[in-house]
Amino acid sequence: MAEPSQRSEMFPLEARAITVRLGGHTALDRVDLTLDGRRRIVVLGANGAGKSVLLRTLHGLIAPTSGTLEWACSSVRPADQAMVFQRPVLLRRTALANIDYALAVNGVGEVERETRAREAIERVGLAAVAGRQARVLSGGEQQRLALARAWSLRPRLMFLDEPTASLDPFAAAEVERVIAEIHAAGTAIVLSTHVLGFARRIADEIVFIHEGRVVERTPADRFFTRPQTMEAARFLKGELPWNGIAPSPVA
Amino acid sequence: MQDIAGSLALALRLVAGGDPELWSIVALSLEVSLASALLACALGLPLGALVAVREFPGRRGLVVMLNALLGLPSVVVGLVVYLLLSRAGPLGSMGILFTPGAIVIAQTILVIPLVAALSRQFVEDAWLEYREQLTSLGVTPLRAVPTMLVDLRIPLLTVALAGFGRAASEVGAVMIVGGNIEGVTRVMTTTIALETSKGDLPLALALGVILLAIVVSLNALAYGLREWAVKRHG
Repeated sequence: MAEPSQRSEMFPLEARAITVRLGGHTALDRVDLTLDGRRRIVVLGANGAGKSVLLRTLHGLIAPTSGTLEWACSSVRPADQAMVFQRPVLLRRTALANIDYALAVNGVGEVERETRAREAIERVGLAAVAGRQARVLSGGEQQRLALARAWSLRPRLMFLDEPTASLDPFAAAEVERVIAEIHAAGTAIVLSTHVLGFARRIADEIVFIHEGRVVERTPADRFFTRPQTMEAARFLKGELPWNGIAPSPVA
Repeated sequence: MQDIAGSLALALRLVAGGDPELWSIVALSLEVSLASALLACALGLPLGALVAVREFPGRRGLVVMLNALLGLPSVVVGLVVYLLLSRAGPLGSMGILFTPGAIVIAQTILVIPLVAALSRQFVEDAWLEYREQLTSLGVTPLRAVPTMLVDLRIPLLTVALAGFGRAASEVGAVMIVGGNIEGVTRVMTTTIALETSKGDLPLALALGVILLAIVVSLNALAYGLREWAVKRHG
């Protein structure tokens, strides 16, 4: 897992003027974003700002209503990228079999599957429960299993949508440790969260999103001390905690 | 209204005494119903799952159709299968009218809509939860069909049991295509119908008791399976 597969170069990913309308509501509004696949990017924003939609769109789960999304390798949805969701969906089989399934779907041969699945489950600290049913694991263990499953595919880029939002602080810290390790092993990270502490610890760069628009993209150290926009400053001060409660021109 | 208590006592004696005629009828019933349930599941489960996970033109129409077929009048199915299998019919050369094979065909046709409609509902509900995750992992809708069927095996097993129950309690179509021939195509339901009209209540009652016992045990089994699965899989 230390070396992500060297297939055709997929970066940069260029998103140009991406708009996503979901059921009459504009979730993303003319978003421009370039990912070069090196840094840890944290997408910050209040609930409902469009973080999850942005990640799903970049990952290829949601087709943009307008605008273009182009990978350097000109594939619509390259296999070298994976996504982990806030609530992982695990299959009703053992923890190890869940990883094996993902590898099988992606055409990995049986012998290699066994090796890669074991390696992945060890890396996230779940070797002891490899034979347990995935759905009876604790929330934190389930999320680490989801990370192992995504990691076993050796992605060069991993999208993480609020990966710690449903977890208690201890489990969240474990998940955070695994994410740091995944990045250290060479996988680029694009992560969404609304937890400032988490963002501060993990981000190289912050993409701040407000009401479906990327309002600023700033190196993390500068974002937290000198945000460029008024919206970001208000968010940092805790004045934009939840969409709908904070005064919003759209609402 | 001759004494029901007397008939019931005689019926229980038949059940307890292992009356060979009675048990051959029960055995044939179980065989044809099991065969039909298995065939109906082999076709109905993948069909239901495919309709649940895949968007295609005419999908809505198919869903409405499947649900409507749940109310398929069994005598009409019997009549159609009869026409197909009768000597002058397109499948007449098979020569299986009035054999257990004909019963299996009719029951399978009746059970497929039940299995397909119920499995579609189960898979579609679960698909809301699974869709993004599986798509993200690179699973195509076609590949998702077996995945969903395996992952929902417990609720789907109860669907299969319901299918078996439907087959075992079928009368009209079985009467038409089987002919209720003694020792050949006489199953529990058709025997009950015949013996009741003949006034021979003990045999009818004995079969009724057994049929009920089978249906109740199947439901108990389904319930137990669910309990066990929730404990094991969460």
